[in-house]
This record gives sequence, C-alpha cells and structure tokens, in this order.
Amino acid sequence: MATQTMYEKIWNAHLVHQEDGQPSLIYIDRHLIHEGTSPQAFAGLRAAGRKVRRPDLTFAVMDHSVSTKDRTLPVLDDNARAQFEALWRNCRETGVRLFDMHSRNQGIVHIIGPELGLTQPGLTIVCGDSHTSTHGAFGALAFGIGTSEIEHVLATQTLPQFKSKTMLIHVTGRRPPGVTAKDIILAIIRKIGVAGGTGHVIEYAGEGITDLSMEGRMTVCNMSIEAGARAGMIAPDDTTYAWMEGRPFVPRGKDFQLAVDYWKTLPSDPGARFDTVVELEISQLAPQVTWGTTPGMVADVTGVVPDPASFTDPVERKAAERALQYMALEPGTRIIDISIDRVFIGSCTNSRLEDLRMAARVVEGRRVARTVKQALVVPGSRVVKAQAEKEGLDRIFKAAGFEWRDAGCSMCIGMNDDVLPAGERCASTSNRNFEGRQGKGGRTHLVSPIMAAAAAIAGHFVDIRDWGVGQVE
Amino acid sequence: MQPFRRHTGLVAPLDRVNVDTDQMIPKQFCKLLTREGYGKFLFYDWRYLPGEKPNPEFELNQPRYQGASILLTRANFGCGSSREHAPWGVADYGFRVLIAPSFADIFYNNCFKNGLLPITLPDEQVDELFRRTYTHEGYRLTVDLEQQTIADEQGLALTFEIDPFRKYCLLNGLDDIGLTLQHEDKIRAFEEKHPVTPVQYEEVDMWSPERAAD
Repeated sequence: MATQTMYEKIWNAHLVHQEDGQPSLIYIDRHLIHEGTSPQAFAGLRAAGRKVRRPDLTFAVMDHSVSTKDRTLPVLDDNARAQFEALWRNCRETGVRLFDMHSRNQGIVHIIGPELGLTQPGLTIVCGDSHTSTHGAFGALAFGIGTSEIEHVLATQTLPQFKSKTMLIHVTGRRPPGVTAKDIILAIIRKIGVAGGTGHVIEYAGEGITDLSMEGRMTVCNMSIEAGARAGMIAPDDTTYAWMEGRPFVPRGKDFQLAVDYWKTLPSDPGARFDTVVELEISQLAPQVTWGTTPGMVADVTGVVPDPASFTDPVERKAAERALQYMALEPGTRIIDISIDRVFIGSCTNSRLEDLRMAARVVEGRRVARTVKQALVVPGSRVVKAQAEKEGLDRIFKAAGFEWRDAGCSMCIGMNDDVLPAGERCASTSNRNFEGRQGKGGRTHLVSPIMAAAAAIAGHFVDIRDWGVGQVE
Repeated sequence: MQPFRRHTGLVAPLDRVNVDTDQMIPKQFCKLLTREGYGKFLFYDWRYLPGEKPNPEFELNQPRYQGASILLTRANFGCGSSREHAPWGVADYGFRVLIAPSFADIFYNNCFKNGLLPITLPDEQVDELFRRTYTHEGYRLTVDLEQQTIADEQGLALTFEIDPFRKYCLLNGLDDIGLTLQHEDKIRAFEEKHPVTPVQYEEVDMWSPERAAD
C-alpha cells in the first residue's frame, strides 16, 4: 500500500461518502461549541425542524464573553447575558453537555478539550473557532468552522470537505534557552507568511517539535491558522500518551493500552509525500516580538522595527506603512526600546500551567514597572487556575503586582470587559495583533509568556536571555 | 439560500492586503444572536468616526462607491477568526461578489453558505481592475457564474476558476444540510462500525441530561 501522511490516515478513517467532483463527507467525532458562534446555528436547526443528531459527541462551554472577575455577580452586559442564556437553553433542549461559567471545569474551549481528555489522537474535532487547530497537537484532525457548518454538524455529525494539501514543517536543531514554542511558531509564520499555509494542513515534525511538552505543541498548532492553515498536527508519541493518561474521558487500564496501540498507527509513514516541505533551523533562534498588525510582522528581540521602504512588493510596503502608522512606531526603533502600557498573559495560545509556571519564575521577587498600568494573568481554565494556586503561582503574580483572574478568553478578543484602551500598547501572549483585536485602537505585540512577564517588570521589551535563563527553563 | 447566476454592479476598491474578519465585524457585534442586520457594522472601526459619523477617509465611504455590490480587494482577504458574522456583514451591506488574488480558507468557505461569490484572479488582473476602478467613475462589472466570466463596459473580458460543485450549489441556491441528509443511510452505516461516544471515567462538573434526570 502507498505511504500515507497522518492527515490522510485520519481522513480515510472518517470517510462517510465520496463521489467524483464533490466534496467528501467526513464524520466528526467531537463537536465543541461556545456561546459566541452557536446561537444562530441552533436557531437555524430549529427553523428547519431538525434535531441535534449526536448530542453525546457535542460539548459546550462558556468562554468568549465570560467575566474574568467575580462570577457570582449578575452579568450586566445584556448581549453577553443573552448569549449565555441561549447556550444554556440550547443545551438543555437538545441534551448537549455544558460547562457553564460556574463549572469547576470551565475554561477556554481549546484548553479544556485536551484537559478533559475529550481531545484524543486520531479523532476529527471541529469547533466554531479558528483556533481549533490547537487540538492537532495530539495527532487529531481539528479545524475551525463557520456557523453554517456548526449547524451542519449539529444536524448530520458530518461535514462536506475538500481534501487539503499537506505541508510538512520540519523544525531542526535544539531550542536555545529563553526561546519557547511561541517563538518557534512566530518564526514559522515569519518564514512562510500569514497566507503561507492557505489550503494546507500542516504537520510539524523534527526534534524542535518533539522536544516540546504537550503545552508547547498546543501553542504551535494553535497558531497554524495565523499562517493561513486550517489545521496543524503533530504525531502522537510517548509525551502525548503520558500527558493524556488518567484524564476524565481517556480510557483506562487495558483500554488505554488498546488506545495507545491504535494511536501508534497514526504517524505519517516514513517517506510519505507532502505537497510542500519547509525547513526551520532553531538553534540560533532569538525570542520573537511582533511589531505590526499581522502575526507575520515579527522581528527578533535584538532587532529593530523595519523600514517599509525595505519591502520590495508595493502591496507589502503599503501594508507595513499602514501597520507602523497604526502601531505608532518609527522605522529603526530597537525592539527593546518599545515601552508598554499593559501586559496580558492568557488566551488559548499561552495560558496553560507550563506557561504560568515559566512566567511566574520570571516575576518572582520582582515588581511590575510603575509605568505599566495593568498586568493581567488569566488562566486558560479553572483547573489550570486551581493547580496554579496549589503551587502558589497566584501569590507570586499578585506579590509582583499582577492581577490574578478567573478563566476565559479575556483580553485576547475583548468580548468581556478586559479591553485594551485605544492608543495603549500591550505585550500579549495571545495570537492576533490585528488592528483593534484587543480593543479599538489598541496596539498589540505578540510574545511568549516569559517575554511578556519580563516586559511587565521592565516596562519595555527585554531580551529574556539577558536575565539569566537558568531561572526560566 | 439566494441563488447566484449573473450579476452586474458597481465596483468598490479596498486596496489592503490581509483584511481580517475582526476588521469586518468587530468583537462587540459578535454577541448578537441573529444572522441578519450586520451590514451597518461592516468595517466598523475603519468606516466610522466617534458617534458613528462616516469617516470620509475610508474608501467605501466615498460618494462614488455608494451602492457598490462588487468588492475588489487584495490577497488573503478574510484571514483570522472563523466568525460567519463577517460574510453576513459583507452580504447584508449589499455585496454579492468579492474579487481578490486569494482568500483565507474559512472565510472563503463561509461565503458560499451565504450566497456570496468570491472570485480569485491573478495579481496582474486584480491590479488592472484596480486601475480601471480608480480611472472610471461608476466602474461596473458583469459577473456570469454559469459562463465563469467577468466583463466591463470597456471591453475587458476575463474568465475565472471555481470548483464545479461549489458553482452548482451557488447557481441553485442549494441547502448543504439537505444534500448531506440524502446520505443518511451511509452516515448510519458509518456510525455502526465507528463507535466514538466518549466514555467518562471520572466525575466532572458538567451539566448533562443524565445529571438533570437525577
């Protein structure tokens, strides 16, 4: 039999129907939903007199618009309250399981899926959220969908899909101290561009990837969409199995062994053919900081804000000019000379326990700079929050002057009241530095958790490697 | 869904690359529960000054582009968030055709669910259309999906590629879900040999029908 990529294996295992000249019908194993993009799908279903076909494969959570402050207080935002009530009602009417904002297991959908063990190798997973690519870190085929597709999955548990092209990103070399998974994915986007992965499913491989923890692998896969790819995947291995064992929805005992035996068949066959192959060597990689308004506008922390005149393509040049104007930055400014007003450590990209541990080690015994108006730590889930508190991380952050919040999407998207004010500059561990993403007129610089933590202390970007990396690795 | 066959309309230029869906419909409007009425929020932060006064600097606010139904733009249009609020806004504003060198995958897909025709053309042809749009006030194009052609009133004639199945669905305004349910027997057969119900081994704090029945 011909060699197959992991993507092809999972695709073939989920083929319900295929016909020439038509998209294939793919079965969906897990459908994750949240309050932001699902109400119209349920309304459409109801209008057409259709039912949720497999409520047992559908899991709902409140994350996008939830407050990260005191959740015992009433929800004052009428629109957000209506979203929560709609999700609550839709779940009760259709039998879909729900983690509401008061659940001890609540959190960002892409944090809690893996945490609960709902995310497993070899599964097809969809969610009305582009960062669904996160789950690919387990060797699942996971991608974001629109609301019409949510309705489609609710009604049929399938999706008509055209097969994607495949891209192998081979990351070689050993990650230097102070350089994290976030820096690797930013460097990848810098290399292939924000549309470099369009039409592709990316598989990340090589020692630069296999050396990463599951948390780091999720950070990498999470931002696949920022490179234009709908999905990113990493082959499951012993790191994956060890992380999964004992989670609430992961098989136990003999069944776990059987599952692992199956999972071991998933990785791409040796010599499997990819449509595109990209190599990235990371042994000299520096921490990355975005300077513009797409995740591809990124520089080494040791670098400077580029001159738009240096871009040869006129469309790119104009985009860079526009970005610098929006970001209020001058060409040639050293990255480490950029002062910041706020810091956000959180989001589905970087709010897992490992992220918080690393950031806490940077801030321990230090103080947030006086010039920094707000430094937020928003754990990705309540389970992460509880574990961090058990380890005393909350006390470290609070002693340093950070605010320690409840779990949710928060200032990554600003759908609750955690909004970046106009004209202010934020060092953020999130995934998008688009104009207005964190708040209208807000200026976002994407960085790793340790880089964000260090920027909070210094009041401007610093090269975390200068701080003695022994304490952060 | 509204079928799409042939459309003639005014062209509006949006000469920006990587226009993301956050920019089309900002976060605060993603808290609404309907699919309708997003046109007035489209490109909100670019389009309005404080107090929702139209920003005269924004291309689409120029008098000559009022009533446009064909949007001409640059590469990677619709990148970022999967929010379908973006194509809802684009369609509700009055656009029926989008022309760009490339589109982001999720947005592209979402367009077809909402009767919008996204057309991909090579960079040189997009450049030429920008030139003509700026030069000729009231520049109009006729887009024929059946023939896969684009024509203006000065004799320009272009062709475009589109997947035959997407074309068929758009021409006929077909409901995807209805098409899929024709394969109900195959879905059921698949489910019988592919049991995927997750088994819960440990108590979690979750509302479920079982818990409600206790």
